[in-house]
Amino acid sequence: MELVVNILLGIVIAATPLVFAAIGELVVEKSGVLNLGVEGMMIVGAIAGFSVTIQTGNYLAGVVAALVAGALMALLFGVLTQTLLANQVATGLALTMFGLGLAALWGQDYSGKAAGNFPKLDIPVLSDLPLVGKLLFGQDYLVYLSILLVVGVSWFFRKTRGGLIIRAIGENHDAAHAIGYPVVFYRYLTLLFGGACAGLGGAYLSVVQTPFWAEGMTAGRGWIALALVVFAAWRPGRALLGAYLFGGITILQLHSQGFGVKVEAQYLSMLPYLATIAVLVIISSDRLKVKLNAPACLTQPFRAAT
Amino acid sequence: MLRLEPRREPSKAMQVLTPVFAVALTIIAGLVLFTILGKDPFRAIWLIFFEPLTQTYALAELTVKGTPLILIGAGLAMGFRAGVWNIGAEGQFVAGALAGGSVALALHETAGLWIMPLMCLAGMLGGMAWAAVPAFLRTRFNANEILTSLMLVYVAILLLSALVHGPLRDPEGLNFPESRLFSESMTLPILIEGTRAHVGFILALLAIAVAWLFMERHLLGFQIKVQGQAPLAARFAGYSEKRIVWLCLLTSGALAGLAGTIEAAGPVGQLVPALPIGYGFTAIIVAFLGRLHPFGILLGGLLMALTYIGGEAAQIAMSLPSATTRVFQGMLLFFLLAMDVLVGSRIRWAPRQAAG
Repeated sequence: MELVVNILLGIVIAATPLVFAAIGELVVEKSGVLNLGVEGMMIVGAIAGFSVTIQTGNYLAGVVAALVAGALMALLFGVLTQTLLANQVATGLALTMFGLGLAALWGQDYSGKAAGNFPKLDIPVLSDLPLVGKLLFGQDYLVYLSILLVVGVSWFFRKTRGGLIIRAIGENHDAAHAIGYPVVFYRYLTLLFGGACAGLGGAYLSVVQTPFWAEGMTAGRGWIALALVVFAAWRPGRALLGAYLFGGITILQLHSQGFGVKVEAQYLSMLPYLATIAVLVIISSDRLKVKLNAPACLTQPFRAAT
Repeated sequence: MLRLEPRREPSKAMQVLTPVFAVALTIIAGLVLFTILGKDPFRAIWLIFFEPLTQTYALAELTVKGTPLILIGAGLAMGFRAGVWNIGAEGQFVAGALAGGSVALALHETAGLWIMPLMCLAGMLGGMAWAAVPAFLRTRFNANEILTSLMLVYVAILLLSALVHGPLRDPEGLNFPESRLFSESMTLPILIEGTRAHVGFILALLAIAVAWLFMERHLLGFQIKVQGQAPLAARFAGYSEKRIVWLCLLTSGALAGLAGTIEAAGPVGQLVPALPIGYGFTAIIVAFLGRLHPFGILLGGLLMALTYIGGEAAQIAMSLPSATTRVFQGMLLFFLLAMDVLVGSRIRWAPRQAAG
């Protein structure tokens, strides 16, 4: 039983960065924008959160720094694609390359330092319950935040006017513009939100999960988050499910050696990437369904008719 | 206030000028960056962009680093024109190096002029095989080639690492994760004595010439352009989208694979886990810097090679961090994409209107 709880705890910790990054990108894509720079925003968030946590010794300051850093990166993407109408695919790639370089430059003095233990929820009695106590009431605060975020985004798109407007912009920006909604303004907002989420996902890696800084430590998680949005068919709840599924695969890979599986480590490390491809293939093969679920204006530039 | 006004036709002059503007802006941003880092900004820029052009050895190095960038960039540009986003060239580069390198290692006791062409062929096939996966998944299952090709980069790098730790490891080595050194028949002949410039550069020039002929003079090149600019028109004209996807991915995969073999058989001379150093990603910048045109890619590849060489020189001379080059390359692509707005629009100074 102890082992099962440990595995479940491991899955939650492996999945949480993906939850943050995927839910942020989901909101961005709902507004009709594809930001392929998730990896770049994540890694900059990772080093921003890590360096500020080390400098100030304050976890909250680190989290805020990661949010701001991710949002600033997204702002750069917004200026290029929304104001200057640059190609979204190319700009997203540029954001990732720039982010990886910037983070490496920023983090060169931080290798080998550790961030210590991130504060965890601790409720008397409940957190000390056998087995479920640690799992349900003893996680770090960011895990609860990630789940609240998913619930919040789901509620936002279903029940609020703002959510409806963003969905309308993603489906048909010309019609939304004709009704009088400021398309570009709303897209900037979703981009900033997505950037902040990706930054936080990165910081979760460097400040909570590992907790140290290593160059290129996101190792493709930003790209996996992008695939998760497709997997989720742009539904928040399914994004959460997908992230936990991937957390499971990561943990499986780590534990399989403990179980005595005789395969070289490199082949096991391929698992998350191969699983991403498999998932994409399964979800995408139903063309009609993808077409119905995907925001119709995804990657299309918007230029108001004058 | 400033306002963007759409042009009736894309500006020809701006198409040529924007890469120049982007480089100029990158240099200016670099001056700011070095000032922030507390280094002499003018000396750093001089070392990165100009100093290498004054030395024969550095000029030769320009062709060594430029070769993979030009080869990969030429292939990627073809796909980008058709809206086929192969961003996994780094993986195809590794697959090509593995295939070409495996041929060399299997034949390590033989010698002959025929080995090198065989290695190059194997490298191209390896790259094609790696690129065939996203092509198949996109045409058969509609899976996005951006994500699948990128995921395969990680798989290829892990595969390289597994193989040089295992079956391809030098049996006479000291258990280091590296293959045998390639013999003379398995390394590319040197062009200029005393430098590392090798015949691979001639292959890159050849690839540029063929790419130009294909894109500008062949019907398939025309179909690729129509597919990218007006997919609906392409469909009405009866062009097969699937065929174009396959063509673009296989061609770019073959060129990336060839670049991988050339890298292994040229400057490196063996298979090591650290073989891929990001050429596959930098080549994306090269393709855009060259405006997706073969001749532009030739210039763009040489310019990006310059930032590698100059960047290394500046790292040593001024103890700059190695990530500086990558920040530079990222900034260059940003400025390039930002400047692109001038091709389709002009900036006008217009009086503030009541409702923007």
